[in-house]
Order: sequence, then structure tokens, then C-alpha cells
Amino acid sequence: MSDNDVALASPAGVDHHESRATSPDHTASHRPPADGGPEMVQVLTPEGQRVPNPDLDPILDELSDEALRVFYRDLVLVRRFDAEATALQRQGELGLWASLLGQEAAQVGSGRALAPQDFAFPTYREHGVAWCRGVDPVNLLGMFRGVNHGGWDPKAHNFHLYTIIIGAQTLHATGYAMGVQRDGAVGTGDPTRDTAVIAYFGDGATSQGDVSESLVFAGVNNSPVVFFCQNNQWAISEPNEKQTRVPLYQRASGFGLPGIRVDGNDVLAVYAVTRRALDSARAGEGPSFVEAFTYRMGAHTTSDDPTRYRVSAEVEVWKHRDPIERLKVWLMHEGKADRAFLDAVAAEADALGASVRERCLAMPDPDGTAMFDHVYAEPHPVMERERAEFLAYEAGFADGGN
Amino acid sequence: MTQTTAGTTAPTTTMAKAITAGLRAAMEKDPKVVLMGEDIGRLGGVFRVTDGLQKDFGEDRVIDTPLAEAGILGTAIGMALRGYRPVVEIQFDGFVYPAFDHIVSQVAKLHARSLGHVIMPLVIRIPFGGGIGAVEHHSESNEAYFAHTAGLRVVSCSNPHDAHWMIQQAIETDDPVVFYEPKRRYWDKGEVGTEPALGLGDAAVVRPGTDVTVLAYGPMVRSSLQAAQAAEEEGRSLEVIDLRSLSPLDLPTIVASVRKTGRVVVVHEAPTFLGLGAELAAQITQECFYSLQAPVLRVGGYNVPYPPSRLEEAFLPDLDRILDGVDKVVGY
Repeated sequence: MSDNDVALASPAGVDHHESRATSPDHTASHRPPADGGPEMVQVLTPEGQRVPNPDLDPILDELSDEALRVFYRDLVLVRRFDAEATALQRQGELGLWASLLGQEAAQVGSGRALAPQDFAFPTYREHGVAWCRGVDPVNLLGMFRGVNHGGWDPKAHNFHLYTIIIGAQTLHATGYAMGVQRDGAVGTGDPTRDTAVIAYFGDGATSQGDVSESLVFAGVNNSPVVFFCQNNQWAISEPNEKQTRVPLYQRASGFGLPGIRVDGNDVLAVYAVTRRALDSARAGEGPSFVEAFTYRMGAHTTSDDPTRYRVSAEVEVWKHRDPIERLKVWLMHEGKADRAFLDAVAAEADALGASVRERCLAMPDPDGTAMFDHVYAEPHPVMERERAEFLAYEAGFADGGN
Repeated sequence: MTQTTAGTTAPTTTMAKAITAGLRAAMEKDPKVVLMGEDIGRLGGVFRVTDGLQKDFGEDRVIDTPLAEAGILGTAIGMALRGYRPVVEIQFDGFVYPAFDHIVSQVAKLHARSLGHVIMPLVIRIPFGGGIGAVEHHSESNEAYFAHTAGLRVVSCSNPHDAHWMIQQAIETDDPVVFYEPKRRYWDKGEVGTEPALGLGDAAVVRPGTDVTVLAYGPMVRSSLQAAQAAEEEGRSLEVIDLRSLSPLDLPTIVASVRKTGRVVVVHEAPTFLGLGAELAAQITQECFYSLQAPVLRVGGYNVPYPPSRLEEAFLPDLDRILDGVDKVVGY
């Protein structure tokens, strides 16, 4: 049985594990590009054709043309910011960057589905969600430039700090949702009070015990949390079939949660599916699991070299599924956007790139004593002593110059 | 009921019940205090420390969690981010390791990572130590792992009064506190006064003396006091200090004692290699070098996995091993 046969027998688009297990000489070049299979929800095809969906169209019909143009603007600006950050890394201004290239629709669609009072728990790649929550993009650069470990106020934007430990934030999100329940901020019917939580994670994270435990805790507590998995097909070098025997959204059923797979490159479908899941959570109907089927077009981070483990033909297939192009085609075809709008967004993107670059370069290094500043919230004798020792040591250099 | 020095009546109670009362007081005072753990609700915990609290405060505030320590700590972090003050019970010392990542990578670091925007006012209660004839993983002293982690405070109570007040002080602290409860002393009785008298970071001179300073905490405080009593009959005066706070250390109290006695024995159940005694020896050497009449000596567990319970008497420091240590520093 060839890999292609297995792939055809697995319309879910994963699960080539049998062939991999029995093909020791298997190489990346044999791996067919995954597609989401018939169960994947899609309302906008890669060619920009709108597919009717009786379940989701009522949500999408509420969107004004202006809201649709905002989607497009978000996608373009976020991609431009991401490209600028990658360039800054290549020029030595950032130590590392984790690009979101290809995942813009999954992040913007879900990010725009959030209500102001909702709370998002990101990984380290959710630059598009941060954008939707109003976090200054330059703040996202701090940890990659090495001037802080994040440092924005999570409460100011209801957007938690980036979490590097894979999957840990799914438990934090669940605990936050348990707090929401205890605050009586779920199921009241008040749209400004009822609160949902969204936990972002990737396909690799689904192998972490924390993710399974968070599904257990959320399930038994009926907590208002949406588990939003961006399946970008690759956990650094390890493809889906190294992480799972079943399509990821099907994991949810074992925990008693509804699970759904959505085309992660279709911003409309992602928005509608996430919006429905969040509404359900806020209404007290409990947690759910959304698998956004997408693709990491770039490297895992700027330190990674994907040519060692995947072939360019796979990337080429996914280029044709680009999230921005299909929205542009549809907006133009429907007359919801014109060339002047596209040009204005392009100009705005260039301005954003220039501004991000300028402000990144202007970021000061922290004072040496900053490392002692917030280790403890209350006075601590070791911090006081070591700060004094550090200052005395540093002062010795100044004196030595005299 | 007995008279305290303050002239008020102080009830005599077990350490376990003193902690229960402390938790109850904290929950009555602050509605954001919630308890989380395995079997802490209907059962009242395997040591009954949370006995009756779910009945009085409800299932939303005394939460019987799924059996998953990483999940307990991870969700407690989320609760804290929402403004709650979770008090987590780890059922036994040896069960904390699945939660280790959340404690050291998240709880300890979130305040710093957020540049002070976020606080993590968690208390992680861990019944610890041996001497109860338990099976494997139920008798460990793993405090050094957490004392080594910046961002955490680590304390241990040794008597009902301290247990009652220290748990309340730990809950009121905006920093995360790992709270070690010496499980073999849960049923020791003592008076609980109406005021704490000391801050959470303070050590206590529990028996003044002049010849040797004995530094102990948790279960070894009682053993050290017994040793001091026996030593007195031989004409030796031991000053016993209950460290109470393991991180940070109350160095001024320790240094003042060592400068007086010139001799130190550190006692803990944990293996001595890179244990708290090693840090104490280093700090004391640095601060009291010219006062020392002998090297700082450690009496602790051997550097082996906690042995089967039939061997724990040989493994654990006791009165005789403490006195042996005292003999060595006096005869040096």
C-alpha cells in the first residue's frame, strides 16, 4: 500500500501513521499534503467562492461590509508586522521570531469573535490575536529582543502573557474560566457580563498531558472555555502523524466536549465557528474544541530549517490555500471592496512596518537592577541584599575608571 | 484551656485542627480564598485538615478536583489570574512532582514575567516528612527544590500555634507560598494564642541556650527540643531555633545566635547533599567566620531514596543522632 492510498483512505487528512510505521525508508517527499477532509467546515473556498452554510450563515449575515473589510485589513497588517519582525531578526535586532505566516485567518477570525470581557490565553505565536485584542505589536517584540519576558499587563487587554511551555496555558485558561463561573459571569443573559475564555494551542501541544488535563477539568466543571487548536501540521519537525492517531477535533468527544474542524485559512468560517463556540460557553453550555486546520508556511522559528524535514511541493500546495488572497477575491467580486481600499491597506501596512521597525530599534535595554524588581510582590531580604551587592559591584567599575 | 503570657485563654488543639481553624478564619475573612485538592471536600482530606469546610463554604470554595496535580496547579494559576487566592492541597509530598512545572515555570515566575502586573497569591500545602510507617512516595522532604526556586516563599510550621497563624499569613501574602506541614506532628497538641507574635519570614528561638545553636524546622523541632532537654541533663546548653521560613531565611536571628554560641548543628529529615543545611552552612560561614569554634555540622537523612518504612528509624535524625552531632561540634 502506498502512502497515497493511505491518504485517500484517510479523508480526515491525518493518520498516515500506519504507512509510516511500516515504511522505514519513508521520507518527507512521500508525504501527501494534508487536506481537511469532508468534515472540515469551509464557507470561502481557496478560489474565493462563498459556500452557503445554513448553520453559520446567520452569524455571517450579521457582518457589515465594513466588518468584512476590517478582517481583510487585520490579515494584511498582521502579515506585514510578522514579516517586519522576521526581517528584524535576520538583521540581528531580535534574537528569535516565531512567525505566524499562513495562520493569519485562524488568529484574526477567532480573535475578532471575542467579546471585550472575554479572556485569551495565547502560545508564543498568537501575534494576530494580540492585534485583535489591542496589544501594541511592539510589546510582542520585547521578549524576542531580550529586553523582557513579555511584560504587558494581561488585564489591560484580557490577553495573557505569551506562554512558551507547550500546553501549560490551557490549564490556566480553564482555571480562569472556573473563576468566571464563581463570579457568576456566565449564563446570565447579559451580553456585557457573560464571559468566555479561549485557550490557544497547537497540534504538538495536544500530546501534552496539560492539554488532556485541561479538557478533563473544563469538562467536569462545565467551564466556559473554548479550546482553539491551530493545527498547522508541524510541531517543529514532527508532522501530525507523530502526535495523533485520530483527527485532533475528535479528541474532544472522549472528554465529553463537542469538537469541530474548521478551515483555518478561511477567516469567515473561523469567525463563525469560534463565535458560536464562545456564545455557547458564555450561555453556560460548557466548553468546546475547535480545530483550525491550517499550515505553518514558514519555519517554526527563525532558528529552524524546515528544508531538513519537509518538501517545497507541500508548501506550494498550501500557497494556493492562502487566507488573504481568497478574501480579497471574494470582497472584490462582491463589490464589498475596491482597488482604492486595497491600496490604502497596503500603504497602512507599510507604515506599520516602518513604525514597528523604528520603535523596535528604540527599545532600551533594561537597567541591570531590573532583574530584582518584580521577583516578589512583597519585600524580600535576599532581593534587597543582592541588589545592593550588584550595585556595589557595578560601582566598582565606575570607580576604577577614575 | 490554659493561661497564656498575654493573660487570655488559649485553647489546646492538634496541629491538624489548628490549620483547619486557620483555613476557616481565612475563608471567612476573604471570599476570594478557595481550597483546591484531591479528596478535600466530602472526605475532608486524607489527614482531615479540611474537615467540615466544604459543608460550611460549599463546593465552589472547597473544590474536589480531578486526580491530576498538574491540573490542580494549572487551574489554580488561572483562578489566581481571575482574582482568587487558591489554597492548594497536595495530598502527599511525593505527589507534587507532576505539578512541578507549573510551580517553578509559572507560579514562581509570573509576577516577574509580567513586570509586576500579575500577582500569584497561591498557597501550596504539602504534608511532608516521614516517621509514619508509610509506603513509598509518602514520606519525602522535598523543600530544597522549591527553596532553590526564585519567586517562591517556602515555610514550615512545627506546632499548632504557628500552624494556625502561619497558614493565615501565607494566604494573605501576595507572593506564592509553599507551606510544609510535618505530617507526623499533625496530632501533636499545643496552645493556640490569639496573636501570631511573629511575621511569616521570622525564625523563632524556641529554647535559649549558650553552647550550641541547633537549627531545625518542621518535624525536627520537637526532636531538637528533646535533644536539648537531654543535653541539659549532661550540663550542655543548646539554643534551638525553629527556622519557620526556609526561603527566605531569617539570617539576623540565626547570625545573632551563632555569634553567641560559636557552634551550629543543622537538623532536617531531607538528605544533606545540597539540602537546606548546605545553604545554612555556607551563609553562616560567610557571616560568622570569626565566631565559629567548629565547622557547621549537618544531621539529616542519608543521600538515598527514602527507605522502606522498616528502615526509616535508621534513616531519620532522632534525639541520639542530634546529640551525636552536638558532641562532634563541641569536641571539634
